Amino acid sequence: MAKVIEGLYYSESHEYVKVEGDFAYIGITDYAQHALGNVVYVDLPEVDDEVEAGEEFGAVESVKAASDIIAPVSGTIVEVNDALDDQPELLNEDAYENWIIKVKLSDKTELDALMDAKAYAAFCEK
Amino acid sequence: MHKYFPHTEEDLKAMLSTAGVDSLDALYAEVPEQIRFRNDYQLPEEMSELEVRQLFEQLGAQNQQLTCFAGAGVYDHYTPSVIPQLLNRSEFLTSYTPYQAEISQGTLHYIFEYQSMMAELTGMDISNASMYDGTTASAEAMMMAVAAGKKQPRFLVSETVDPKTVKVMKTYAHFHGVELEMIPAENGVTSKESLEMQLAQGGVAGIMVQQPNYYGIIEDYSGFADLCHDSKALFVINGIIADYAVLKTPGEWGADIAVGDAQSLGIPMQYGGPYVGYMCCTEKLIRKMPGRIVGKTVDNRGQRAFVLTLQAREQHIRRQKATSNICSNQSLMALWATVYCSLMGKQGLKEAAELSYAGAHYLCDRLLATGHFQLVYNQPFFNEFLVHFVQPVDKLMEWWQKNNILGGLKVADDKLLIAVTEKRTKEDIDRMVNLLDSFANFAILTDNG
Amino acid sequence: MNNRLYGNLIFELSQEGRKGYSLPKNRFGNYEIPAELRRKEDAALPECDEMTVVRHYTNLSANNFGVDNGFYPLGSCTMKYNPKIDEEMAALPQFANLHPLQPAETTKGAEAICTLLCKSLCELTGLYAFTLKPFAGAHGELTGLMVIKKYHESRGDDARRLVIVPDSAHGTNPASAAVCGLDIIEVKSLSNGTVDVEALMTLLSEHGPEIAAMMMTNPNTLGLFEHQIPMIEKMVHGAGGLMYYDGANLNPMLGACRPGDMGFDVMHINLHKTFSTPHGGGGPGAGPVGVRKGLEKFFPEVSPYHGNFAVAMRAYAYILSLGRKHIKEVGPLATLNANYIKESLKDVYELPIDTTCCHEFVFDGLKDKSTGVTTMDVAKRLLDYGYHAPTIYFPLLFHESLMIEPTENESKETLDGFIAVMRKIAEEAKTDPELVKSAPHNTPIGRVDDVLAAKHPITTYKQMLNDNN
Repeated sequence: MAKVIEGLYYSESHEYVKVEGDFAYIGITDYAQHALGNVVYVDLPEVDDEVEAGEEFGAVESVKAASDIIAPVSGTIVEVNDALDDQPELLNEDAYENWIIKVKLSDKTELDALMDAKAYAAFCEK
Repeated sequence: MHKYFPHTEEDLKAMLSTAGVDSLDALYAEVPEQIRFRNDYQLPEEMSELEVRQLFEQLGAQNQQLTCFAGAGVYDHYTPSVIPQLLNRSEFLTSYTPYQAEISQGTLHYIFEYQSMMAELTGMDISNASMYDGTTASAEAMMMAVAAGKKQPRFLVSETVDPKTVKVMKTYAHFHGVELEMIPAENGVTSKESLEMQLAQGGVAGIMVQQPNYYGIIEDYSGFADLCHDSKALFVINGIIADYAVLKTPGEWGADIAVGDAQSLGIPMQYGGPYVGYMCCTEKLIRKMPGRIVGKTVDNRGQRAFVLTLQAREQHIRRQKATSNICSNQSLMALWATVYCSLMGKQGLKEAAELSYAGAHYLCDRLLATGHFQLVYNQPFFNEFLVHFVQPVDKLMEWWQKNNILGGLKVADDKLLIAVTEKRTKEDIDRMVNLLDSFANFAILTDNG
Repeated sequence: MNNRLYGNLIFELSQEGRKGYSLPKNRFGNYEIPAELRRKEDAALPECDEMTVVRHYTNLSANNFGVDNGFYPLGSCTMKYNPKIDEEMAALPQFANLHPLQPAETTKGAEAICTLLCKSLCELTGLYAFTLKPFAGAHGELTGLMVIKKYHESRGDDARRLVIVPDSAHGTNPASAAVCGLDIIEVKSLSNGTVDVEALMTLLSEHGPEIAAMMMTNPNTLGLFEHQIPMIEKMVHGAGGLMYYDGANLNPMLGACRPGDMGFDVMHINLHKTFSTPHGGGGPGAGPVGVRKGLEKFFPEVSPYHGNFAVAMRAYAYILSLGRKHIKEVGPLATLNANYIKESLKDVYELPIDTTCCHEFVFDGLKDKSTGVTTMDVAKRLLDYGYHAPTIYFPLLFHESLMIEPTENESKETLDGFIAVMRKIAEEAKTDPELVKSAPHNTPIGRVDDVLAAKHPITTYKQMLNDNN
């Protein structure tokens, strides 16, 4: 059973959003890291880049798969988790602790389109 | 009965029984009758080996063997006798792509060697496991630059790049949505001033130039890399890799990507293929590079081993997000290039290049001395040069051809592109030039019918 | 195949001052390359004597496994016998020494081979014209899609940007579409493995005017003949799209059915699959593209000359060696071999679709998975018994896919030997699963750490020397 955390928002492409005021941390879920296998590389965007809901902003690579990371919400990147450059396996260790980008949200209403923990858990069951 | 099919009547009986069908025909029950093919193919009758040999001999006799002074991207270089012998080893020839590393260490080792050698020759950090040929490798470099450049749609190509390469790139550009533009040339070399202006207009993902260029000219690319990088464009150099044994390398010119054909590493001309394309890049572009890559690792017994790596970029995993659709490389031809570089080595490649250079300059001097030829561009050249002839070149080419010489490539009515390699002897060259004495007579004879 | 690793790199055998070549002396006089044009340092290439080079590559070859060594049941790859008469013909100097830009009157023999091969391919496929320009199967796919796109462009129909692909398709299909500037839309398969025609109908009604083509292989990647093909082609053509045939699975159709008759407009052939040219460790191949009448004017310029001509020569020699009668036996014998293996193993391996197959079929791992032995483990254990593993984890429709294609050249004894070993491994999976899970044991190397290779790529000798790990 993949780990799902209460209070976060989830997308169908297995990203999560952790809101803190006007900002949000975005990452991939435990389900995603498990499906990928050993992560060997994370293609990170840069600070000040704009992300748009539904658009890809980076990629996660394992030996057997490569997955685009799709932004669940729109905003401007204020921080990038550079630790993932040298240690991409952090995503396998704890996908929720090791977020990928921090954005300043441009439209909080976009959160309404995402799933809550319960809905996401059910989605993963299918 | 055929020597490729082992099935006897008994075998067929037993196997049909196990398979649960009455006849071979019944295996195709799912095929709708209206499209089932039951005729005979309009093909020749079966030929024995002797007959196949005879037919190919007859067809071969319809070709003419010519002493080759043509280049334009394909060169008549020396093939060491060792290479065909090694390449015919069936473990190399009849094996598949090395996906099962445990039984493919032969292939994986030589590809690692090939990658190392291509990187060394081009002065770049990384090489992939090879591509189909130089023209498609150039198209791939263009797509790689556009993908890496965050969707800047323009890609500039110098007018001094081989027009055949440009044609292939234009094909890919058309379908892939790339705006391909030419950088004008001046006096046979890429115009740096024009490049500067074109870059200043913005939106350029990368540029490609050739070294030596299509006319055999060794261009001076000082400042090109800086110009490109200032505009966040990638600098790609397409080159004849054997020449880098002596010439300043793409790495030294500050290139981000080096591509081209490695046919010049002793691969026969074969009427167009197979050759092998190379692609090398800087370390930071490694994950953007198409094609297969072999990397070093260890096995579970602690032994050093090699394996196909970074496959997540490739078509069979990434599918429509792949950096390219390329599946095969030209493995066996990469082995050819690898054995060539192993035999010729550091010194041999230099010596072959120096011989080619000397032969070309000797021929050029002799041709110019006749008074009938002029160098079109006053530029340094390597082993290939463009000359203007005082008359239309057609008749001259015919005269040489009559004497079993391919005198070069006709580039315009009065212009010839001529190449010399280490295979051309002084006698070959002297003979070619001396034939000019009797050429005048030939022209008169044919004019009088 | 040698089961001890010969692990040297040529660079490690190099000694300064040795030479492995001979070249004529420079008798042209003093022509020096100017210093300012030269590279600063020589390329660090090896310096070895000739025999060292010969021994090195000979020993490397012993760690490889080719069709000439043993059975190679790789599904979708058609690892058939590579005839040696083909090799002899391809090496003939009267062809090998031709410059591709020689005047046409001096290459009539070479040109004839191109023409004759194209004619033969037309005859075998029911299409009108072929181009030999594509260098490989994937290159052929791209070329075929370009033909289709150009066709629609010529009709001023710019809305057609979608290509329908079954969800069982090979990765090159969507990748080729992407390179060509087209998008993929998937159509579902039924539980029997064939295209769901109703789903296709829905898809066409929703997207009709956007459909450029449907791209399929027949038999499909499960080795099943798409018997609904007459209906499918009618529907797609009715919506204004073209039909593209991926020739990877053409082998069982020789002697049975022609893609042109199935209603396909464009196709590519893998000469290194169906027409016996050697795989060479991963190339060179050749991917000629064929079209129905009217489309030949849309052949794009994807290569400068005649493609991999020496590969085309091999294919033509093969066609001549079989002749009109025996080439009709290729499909039926390949299909018989596949069904023979399937029926002999379906009691111990999971056969998700239990029906007559064509040249290949898919098992979904072992029937008894209780000890946790996977398809990967079975594949690696097969190596210990001297067999190349089948294709694994493709198609993606099943989790433990094991795709087996035996080709028409394999004898009943070879197949019986393979069947016996597969049964043995199934038995080992029950009685000694650890042996299977830790396989291979009798190969030059064991399983590799591919995570390390991907995380920390060392791809040149120089990087290896500079690496501290």
